[in-house]
Amino acid sequence: MKALIDLDKCTACGVCQDVCPVGAISVPETHAVVSDDCTLCGMCVDTCEFQAIRLPEVGTGAVTDAAAYRGVWAFAEWRRGSVHRVSYELLSAARRLADKKGVECAAVLLGENLGEAAEDLLRYGADVVYVVDHPALRHFTDEAYSRCLVELVRDKKPEILLAGATSMGRSFIPRVAAMLQTGLTADCTELDINDEGLLLQTRPAFGGNVMATIVCPHGRPQMATVRPRVMRAEIQPRNGRVERVSLPEDVFRTRVQVLEVIAEEDTTAKLTEAEVIVSGGRGLQKAENFRMVEELARLLTGAVGASRSAVEEGWAPVSHQVGQTGQTVSPTLYMAIGISGAIQHIVGMQGSKIIVAVNKDPEAPIFDVATCGVVADLFEFVPAFIERIKRG
Amino acid sequence: MKIVVCIKQVPDAKNVRIDPHTHTLVRQGVESIINPFDLFAVEAALRLKDRHGAHVTALTMGPPQAEEALRDVLSRGVDDAVLLSDRAFAGADTWATATALAAAVRKLGDVSLIFCGKQAVDGDTAQVGPELATLLDIPYATFVKQVELGDEGRLKVVRKTDEGMEVWRLPLPALVTVLRDVGDPRVPSIKHKMRAKKAAVPVWGLADVGLSEDRVGLKGSFTQVVRVFSPPKRADRRMLEGPVSEQVEKLFQFLKEAKVPGL
Repeated sequence: MKALIDLDKCTACGVCQDVCPVGAISVPETHAVVSDDCTLCGMCVDTCEFQAIRLPEVGTGAVTDAAAYRGVWAFAEWRRGSVHRVSYELLSAARRLADKKGVECAAVLLGENLGEAAEDLLRYGADVVYVVDHPALRHFTDEAYSRCLVELVRDKKPEILLAGATSMGRSFIPRVAAMLQTGLTADCTELDINDEGLLLQTRPAFGGNVMATIVCPHGRPQMATVRPRVMRAEIQPRNGRVERVSLPEDVFRTRVQVLEVIAEEDTTAKLTEAEVIVSGGRGLQKAENFRMVEELARLLTGAVGASRSAVEEGWAPVSHQVGQTGQTVSPTLYMAIGISGAIQHIVGMQGSKIIVAVNKDPEAPIFDVATCGVVADLFEFVPAFIERIKRG
Repeated sequence: MKIVVCIKQVPDAKNVRIDPHTHTLVRQGVESIINPFDLFAVEAALRLKDRHGAHVTALTMGPPQAEEALRDVLSRGVDDAVLLSDRAFAGADTWATATALAAAVRKLGDVSLIFCGKQAVDGDTAQVGPELATLLDIPYATFVKQVELGDEGRLKVVRKTDEGMEVWRLPLPALVTVLRDVGDPRVPSIKHKMRAKKAAVPVWGLADVGLSEDRVGLKGSFTQVVRVFSPPKRADRRMLEGPVSEQVEKLFQFLKEAKVPGL
């Protein structure tokens, strides 16, 4: 299979030839020709201003009666004593989608000793909160959490299921999708409903260089994960209800044994959770100077990040690395100090709300993604900025 | 013990960028690399082999040129390799990819342990590992930084979470997705390079793994790309001019207005 060219619409302009990342398109005389090298990536489709290119359609998979599925769900993540913030963000997004479709919005809460957490979720727009409170859910395991969620989905049949792209969601949600035999789109940055009522899932593709909008036409529910802080949580209390569900004991069985759970004490290392991250790069020149980055992070009650070069120099541990081989982060504020902005770094932080870059080279690529650029000698700027914060 | 390492050939990020004027994707040659996380998966497998003895097979699904990636890991000490390649596999989403990989693992037979990188850097989904384990009905652990094989034939892993670390024990067969903490990938050795050059790399197509066309590739996928576009440029960028003292004040006020905590 390969991209399909509509010969009536193709003007042989050659634009698609230039954008094809695998060089599969040639334009001899009258129209574009796609070779067997085509990987069906879709890059050419949107660049064609004559709408002459389309991709063949996905299969229908196992027969699911799409019409029997109704409602939008958000998975609420319970983390030892509190609901993770991404759950409220997802619930608000689920509420918007449900309103657009005119259907019910629900949250699913799994865990142990959940207290008033379910009632709290009603404040963010849920019509109903399904709760499974069971000792076997005390520690997260992929198997028990998946089985619970799958049982609920099979019983209630929601058409859309959203979950956080956290370490928990990224681990067990693919299992849920595979068990339900449906599609899953990771790390969506935008969700909407199209004219046919399908969920439009937009996410970065090709290492964050382009955006792709994805649909799941036949599988149900349509599943997507969203990173923390991408959507906005909105309080909108409703007259919702809490439904406590009990499931058969075998649902909680798991082959995995959790031996130990060790909480990270160093809050500066919790990059994916942080609202502010201050990161340092090669421009800092030596290990001692990295302390400026740490001090600034402490003043802003944030986490400490590092570019790959800073980690390789040994100025910061691997666990602090942001970028392609490190962590992908999307804090409210990301400050890049002395980081030039190699693409491998940029793909790991470009989802941040505010990006402040401090670099003495005005041509540094980090400025291309910055909200606020400071062209300055960081050894002058950073200490002065630290003093300014201290003055208040 | 039979170990399988799943690897993926991905475009080198250095070669993919957006033209600032036309906003289209620019490709400067189509260089491919092995997904960096998969090299850590290979290293994790080879370390287990060094300690306990094992037969390590590398598996990839991709176009014919993905053979290069397999020869690379053979030169690092992997015992043999299989290339899953067929036109019918093109356009696969993570589900259809996992379906094809699962069929190949079944064909290999008697596999005790599967290693994958935590995610591929081109798609960043981290889905294929868990989906593959689910299709094979074996337990798995994601985001693993340390792997130990106990005497009783069970696996002890340390996994990294948003909150800290967890220590899990899994029965075999199992699947593990790894972080770079498992150890730096070893470099190819002369001995293994010679072997890699001569090694036969079997190519398995659709019929070889016993799947029908409607279960793989785009036809076997649930998700479909309907639009690909350049991310909107940040329209709100501002450069702070003036002497350092002025820049400091401007940034301070900017962040204060944005209600950054601590200010």
